Amino acid sequence: MTPYLIKRLFMMIPLLLGITLMTFFIMQLAPGKPTDLVTDLNTRMSSEAREKLVKLYELDRPWHERYWKWLKRMSRLDFGTSFRDGRPVIKKIAESLPATLLLNILSLILIFTAALAIGIFSAVKKDSLFDKISTFFVYLGFSVPTFWVALLLMIGLGLKLGLLPISGLRSIHYSDLSAWRKFLDMSAHLVLPVFVMALTGLAGLARYSRSAMLEVIRQDYVRTARAKGLPERTVILKHAFRNALIPIVTLLGLMLPELIGGSFIFETIFAYPGMGRLGYDAIMARDYPMLMGIGTIVALLTLAGNLLADLLYAFCDPRIRYQ
Amino acid sequence: MISIYLHRIFRNKLAFAGALLMVILIILALTAPWLAPSHFADQSLIDRLQPPSGKHWMGTDDLGRDVFSRLLWGTRVSLVVAFVAVGIATLFGTLVGLIAGYFGRWTDAVLMRAVDILLCFPTFFLILMVIAFLEPNIVNVMIVIGVTSWTGLARLVRGETLSLRERDFILAARALGASTPRILFVHLLPNVVAPVVVSATLGVGGAILTESALSFLGLGVQPPDPSWGNMLSAGKDYIYFAWWLSVFPGLAILTTVMAFNLLGEGLRDALDPRS
Repeated sequence: MTPYLIKRLFMMIPLLLGITLMTFFIMQLAPGKPTDLVTDLNTRMSSEAREKLVKLYELDRPWHERYWKWLKRMSRLDFGTSFRDGRPVIKKIAESLPATLLLNILSLILIFTAALAIGIFSAVKKDSLFDKISTFFVYLGFSVPTFWVALLLMIGLGLKLGLLPISGLRSIHYSDLSAWRKFLDMSAHLVLPVFVMALTGLAGLARYSRSAMLEVIRQDYVRTARAKGLPERTVILKHAFRNALIPIVTLLGLMLPELIGGSFIFETIFAYPGMGRLGYDAIMARDYPMLMGIGTIVALLTLAGNLLADLLYAFCDPRIRYQ
Repeated sequence: MISIYLHRIFRNKLAFAGALLMVILIILALTAPWLAPSHFADQSLIDRLQPPSGKHWMGTDDLGRDVFSRLLWGTRVSLVVAFVAVGIATLFGTLVGLIAGYFGRWTDAVLMRAVDILLCFPTFFLILMVIAFLEPNIVNVMIVIGVTSWTGLARLVRGETLSLRERDFILAARALGASTPRILFVHLLPNVVAPVVVSATLGVGGAILTESALSFLGLGVQPPDPSWGNMLSAGKDYIYFAWWLSVFPGLAILTTVMAFNLLGEGLRDALDPRS
């Protein structure tokens, strides 16, 4: 187990290098310089001051030189400072990462519990009314533009009915609340973003687990289990479900990048104080060090998620043992 | 052979519905200039923010433009963007998959590592970054969606090619002295067409969703050109009292994406040799 883990961790290094190199390269595509935002709009900016600013951010050096320098600094966990406010990138990320992790992990939990429940139930009761209705909603779920659903829910549940808060993670009077009220306040703020983030993944996974379950139910060992006289519950949950879970877990690794990508849209829509919104703002402001930092953290998160999915895979399937 | 597939598709009611919808949408897109009651940019400030009525079926927007007409014109934009993006992705994915699968060894290793890199990175972040840094316009949107969404197909085609490569007919072609391009495109390509067609059809839905999300964030198709995404973006400021600005474009996206998804899944069932 440990040698396998070490091997996997080493394999992450070239992937991580590739991703950071790609991110760095994309930033070079941009015409103009990030300093233009300050200099071109300011008529009192002299050309010497402009030069100075470019020098300060080392924008006059060739890109490979800057990338190499960035790598060297990053090896010391120094991601540099944000162009926007001069604060350390790592600090800004550390502040916003927990909120994003919270959002993504809650969505992931919702996706898995709801999708598996729907999938199992529609497979077991194939062609029932529940199956037909859930199939319809599943189709709807992965064809619908989620940002539109977010918009409609914000207006409907948030503004018209006033049931849920529609932006941020905490109310203005959050600090005055008791611990229990704080929890309730945050939970209420999380309902809409978590649901909207989970929607596409939920629909896809529900559909996938339904067909995985249908596949498994047809197998001989399920018939044997029934023939042994085991209660239907045991047959479905122990014999069928555990086998259907194996292909489903592999999907987890593929879903993560999409889920995290969703953070960039939905955190912006819901004004959620997380890394996705930080990234969106950084893109708009061409905050290069910030973007490199976020790109690296996002890549690390997905790679860690993939590793976790592989380990879960071994856990679900006792036939697999990593050496 | 094709008639068997056609028969199978038509037997699947949902897939048939999807195909029918797709044909209708394409016709709407082609005939929009004649069908639409007015041009997408025609403004009438007296009639601004009118609710749906006999004169304006889907109401008017904040500049008094007819929403129904803009929606029809928007069909063109959405379909063109999606088709071109998927075309690029299909070309890329098929080519990379064929080459990686057929040549194997280090060619395969290099190409698949590149695919791994793209697969473990959120594509939407990438797309946002590229579009924001270049200029957000319709051409860039098509290209960027295209070049970021070929990885899944490349893997699929590579897998198929790996198993086809060892088959006798490829060996025979090689023994007869067929050139590599000939083996790739005449002998291998026809055998991977089925998964390519399915993935392209499903890809159209995905591309429409991505384009609309980008346009919604203001990074896609720029006004005054109508795209369903930028119509939603413009409508969101008035959503509290002008629901028609947000409801109709959203429904248009939903129906279109659903049509391509239904058709894609129907095609998958029909083309799957196991069924």
